[in-house]
Amino acid sequence: MSDVIDRPILEQEKPAQSRLRIIDCDVHPSIHSHSDLNEFLPKRWQEHLKTYGSHLRTPYIGTTPYPRSSPLIARRDAWPPTGGPPGSNLAFMQKQHLDPLDVEYGILQVLDLFIFSQQNLEFGAAIQRAINDWQLAFWSHRDPRLKASILAGQDDTQLAIAEIDRCAKTGEYIQINVSPRANEPLGRRRYWPIYARAQELGLPLGIHVGGYGGHAPTGGGWPSYYCEEHQSNAHTVAAQLTSLVLEGIPERFPKLKIVFIEGGFGWIPSTTWRMDQHFEKFRDEVPHLKRKPSEYVKEHFWFTTQPIDEPDEAKHLRSLIEWVGIDRLLFSSDYPHWDFDDPRFAFKTPLSEAERRKIFNGNARAVYKF
Amino acid sequence: MTRHIVARTSDIPPGGNKVVGVEGRDIVIFHVNGEFFALLNRCPHEGAPLSKAACVARLTSPEPGVYVRDRVGELLRCPWHGWEFDMRTGQSWFDPNRVKVRSYPVAVARGEELQKGPYVAETFPVHVEDSYVIVEL
Repeated sequence: MSDVIDRPILEQEKPAQSRLRIIDCDVHPSIHSHSDLNEFLPKRWQEHLKTYGSHLRTPYIGTTPYPRSSPLIARRDAWPPTGGPPGSNLAFMQKQHLDPLDVEYGILQVLDLFIFSQQNLEFGAAIQRAINDWQLAFWSHRDPRLKASILAGQDDTQLAIAEIDRCAKTGEYIQINVSPRANEPLGRRRYWPIYARAQELGLPLGIHVGGYGGHAPTGGGWPSYYCEEHQSNAHTVAAQLTSLVLEGIPERFPKLKIVFIEGGFGWIPSTTWRMDQHFEKFRDEVPHLKRKPSEYVKEHFWFTTQPIDEPDEAKHLRSLIEWVGIDRLLFSSDYPHWDFDDPRFAFKTPLSEAERRKIFNGNARAVYKF
Repeated sequence: MTRHIVARTSDIPPGGNKVVGVEGRDIVIFHVNGEFFALLNRCPHEGAPLSKAACVARLTSPEPGVYVRDRVGELLRCPWHGWEFDMRTGQSWFDPNRVKVRSYPVAVARGEELQKGPYVAETFPVHVEDSYVIVEL
């Protein structure tokens, strides 16, 4: 019975030599209700939201096409006692998450209102503007640990760039978020102006999984179950990494940093090995690439850790981390969603003090220039 | 093993639970279908509080299209990642031999029995007219 697991396994037996504060690259705030956005949304779009609401390419407006395992995708203990949806109450978020886990910085990732899936692009852009303002007013200004990202859906490139410029002027946002499921793969030429502007501004590009574009979320078509659909986050991210690398984005925008958020990292080794293999055979098809794909991945891309892979044997997680590279990983919790990773227990394999410092703090500090 | 009086039976309504501190441990007591069960209040996976778990039924399917729903309220579904545990034994539903929540024997006793015996906790006045939940650890 000695190998029965009946308590959480700590990744470190002994306490860290000194206090290690956490940079959490994926924290989800939520609006209480649409009216939270009224002060940031022109009357014309308030009326639109009330009268027409969302227009998506998936059925079941008002909920997700794949009913989730728990209401609002949330931890059951994350509903604020004062009411409202999980992630909507700053004081409760501080008490439950930011304070006890000693979060030094939390990067806000807003998913409300299917922001990147709106098919009325002007309406989508209006909501993004409102949410960008709301992130500062409701969150960053009330708790400076919380850092906002500029939401800039890329399918109308001009609107996206106008919004990036408007927000960047404030100097308060730390990255530019685009959709992982846009109308075309992310490396395509139509999106390059956004990458050029991100590079000019020195802001990393954040790509958080989720949403629905015009395509099935897997290469195989539409899944039947949430259980199956949840896998597609990794598929989507793998496809977008491949597109960005093979279209030469790191070569064309060498200072651009790209962060994939909530796609996990278990799939990275085989994706990069395979890209390298094919590159050796077909490099004359992609002459804009000057180096092996894996070299671009190891210099220009970062990956947040949640949802962490949980192989049966701890040493396999260790191997994965080494294959991906300690320097590429940024800790994220996904609070308050159900698949939250607790920084104390999520890594069920030993990490050295130096490795912990990189994953839980140092890597993100360097990427986001904290 | 020491017996600890942890609650009045009336403190925990059917379908509800109560977290009590015993010997430095957070123990959660569930009341379901007239029975009480005590488990460590930490999921063995990442430490989520099981007091916030959903109490669900056991759902099995002997063949496609046939579903059996039984033991209503006796399975715990962790509030975070949804790992399921049998409240009666603490065993996990998906890997019963390897993963479990620590569980503790629970008894219910009438106050008049406790008053006489060696189980009177100094800090917990016993009223003979009530029944009490007792955890052993």
